[in-house]
Amino acid sequence: MISFQQVCKRYANGKDALQQVSFQLDVGELAFLTGHSGAGKSTLLKLLTLIERPTQGQIIVENQNLSAITRMGVPYYRRKIGMVFQNHQLLFDRTVFDNVALPLLISGYSRKDAGRRVRAALDKVGLLSKENLLPIMLSGGEQQRVGIARAVVNKPPILLADEPTGNLDPELSAEIMDLFQQFSNVGVTVLVATHDLSLISRYNHRSLILRDGLLTEDGVLSSHLHDDDKLQSLEAE
Amino acid sequence: MKRATPSRTANKAAVNKPSVPRGASLQITTFAQRFTSYRNHHKVVAVESLQRLLVTPLPTLMTVMVLAIAIALPAGLYVMLKNAQLLSRDWDGSAQISLYLKQNVSAIEGKNLAKTLERRVDISRTQFISKELALEEFKVLSGFGDLLKELDENPLPAVVVVYPAQRDAAQAEQLRITLDGFQQVESAELDAEWVQRLHAMLDLGERLVFALGLGLGLAVLLVVINTIRLAIEARRDEIIIVKMVGATDAFVRRPFLYCGLWYGLAGGIVALIIIESVLFWVDSPVGQLADLYSSNFDLSGLGFGNTLSLFLTSAFIGWLGAWLAVGQHLRAIEPR
Repeated sequence: MISFQQVCKRYANGKDALQQVSFQLDVGELAFLTGHSGAGKSTLLKLLTLIERPTQGQIIVENQNLSAITRMGVPYYRRKIGMVFQNHQLLFDRTVFDNVALPLLISGYSRKDAGRRVRAALDKVGLLSKENLLPIMLSGGEQQRVGIARAVVNKPPILLADEPTGNLDPELSAEIMDLFQQFSNVGVTVLVATHDLSLISRYNHRSLILRDGLLTEDGVLSSHLHDDDKLQSLEAE
Repeated sequence: MKRATPSRTANKAAVNKPSVPRGASLQITTFAQRFTSYRNHHKVVAVESLQRLLVTPLPTLMTVMVLAIAIALPAGLYVMLKNAQLLSRDWDGSAQISLYLKQNVSAIEGKNLAKTLERRVDISRTQFISKELALEEFKVLSGFGDLLKELDENPLPAVVVVYPAQRDAAQAEQLRITLDGFQQVESAELDAEWVQRLHAMLDLGERLVFALGLGLGLAVLLVVINTIRLAIEARRDEIIIVKMVGATDAFVRRPFLYCGLWYGLAGGIVALIIIESVLFWVDSPVGQLADLYSSNFDLSGLGFGNTLSLFLTSAFIGWLGAWLAVGQHLRAIEPR
């Protein structure tokens, strides 16, 4: 569960990246976060992962007020959040297995105990046969799925994805979205930040639309936008 | 911890599955599991950081050699100093005090003085050399016998040779001062003044070794700091990724601390090899020299205790350097 209450973020250079943003994501909900570049998507994700702190307002994640989390507590908080990145952020000097095992080793599993969970996660994303390969030997879509396996391997209650389909063709994007849907079905709260409006329009999910730091739309985009005019106007920006 | 349960229900229009039961939960590990894995992680990281160093043998070897030379210099000097001290201790025993008696002291008085002195606890034995005996010895040893025949009277004083009970040079000097005050004694001379000079030089040497050790220890520290700083830079991306997936500072720090520890330890081991090689190399000439002085002096190495403290010190300096480097640079590397 994620709740933003009147959240503002102003950077040191005076730029207001987010202004009075309020929304709530329930447990197991899957939502898109979209907007033009510079609208505040990245800032919102950074606030959720405690890379940045809000200037004003409250963020509550899993009944925990993020402002109460000290620097020491940040790593433990981050273990509750699975992060999927556009550029995958894999360690290229380690095997697929070791990449996926990383969050488990960090939270204190031995390599042996981690094995079962790692294989379950790799099985989920269909890469069980490639556990001993290096990420460089995989295609872009496969690398992204390794990233997803790593994000979910310790079963976090929240999954954040930053442009997860950015470099993928529509077919692979659909596979990735299917995976997110499956995690959402078992109770994981999923927030997908993307500027890929065609992707959003293909799914009946709630969308949070940011424009210049303001939350301008919140709802199922495709349901009240039967024509693609709004999408195109967004895309034009 | 502040907890807030907001009751906002706005924007729930498009919630997909509002009443889905929680199927996923964060995996929580028990304390005992955590401790075991903490220990295991230390083991794994210790081995991994060593392997990482061995993957690039040449740069690692060069760094280790720099450290080893910096460690071997003061440690080697220390070994030399220790040997010199051993040598001087052998010679301390040869210290003797010659009491040159006044001309008006008769041979009987001289003998009595020698006997009286022998009863003192700080004197092991004495030897009385009369004027005549001194003259005989002088004739034999100097080869000026004929010249001395020309003299009317014997110019040499009677001598009482005193062998101190203690082998310690400082105590011998104290005894000499005491004996110099005796009224029959013209002058008292400690025949081992050069031993004292040696002692003074060794004291100076000890301080120099200490200063050198301090300076080169600092050099080792700086080399390790710089090496670890480069290692941190090289793994910047990795650090950001592990921090992103919830690694604590300690987790991120650990491999670098082990890396520093291994550098220090390797430097210490190579330093020991250098020292022992040099000792081996000079062993036979030193033996020959000792033979020429009919001494059974033998070069001694660092010994077990000193070797152990060499390893511990160098490993500690390596760890400390890594700790300082990590403290300085790791905090600056955060996900952006």
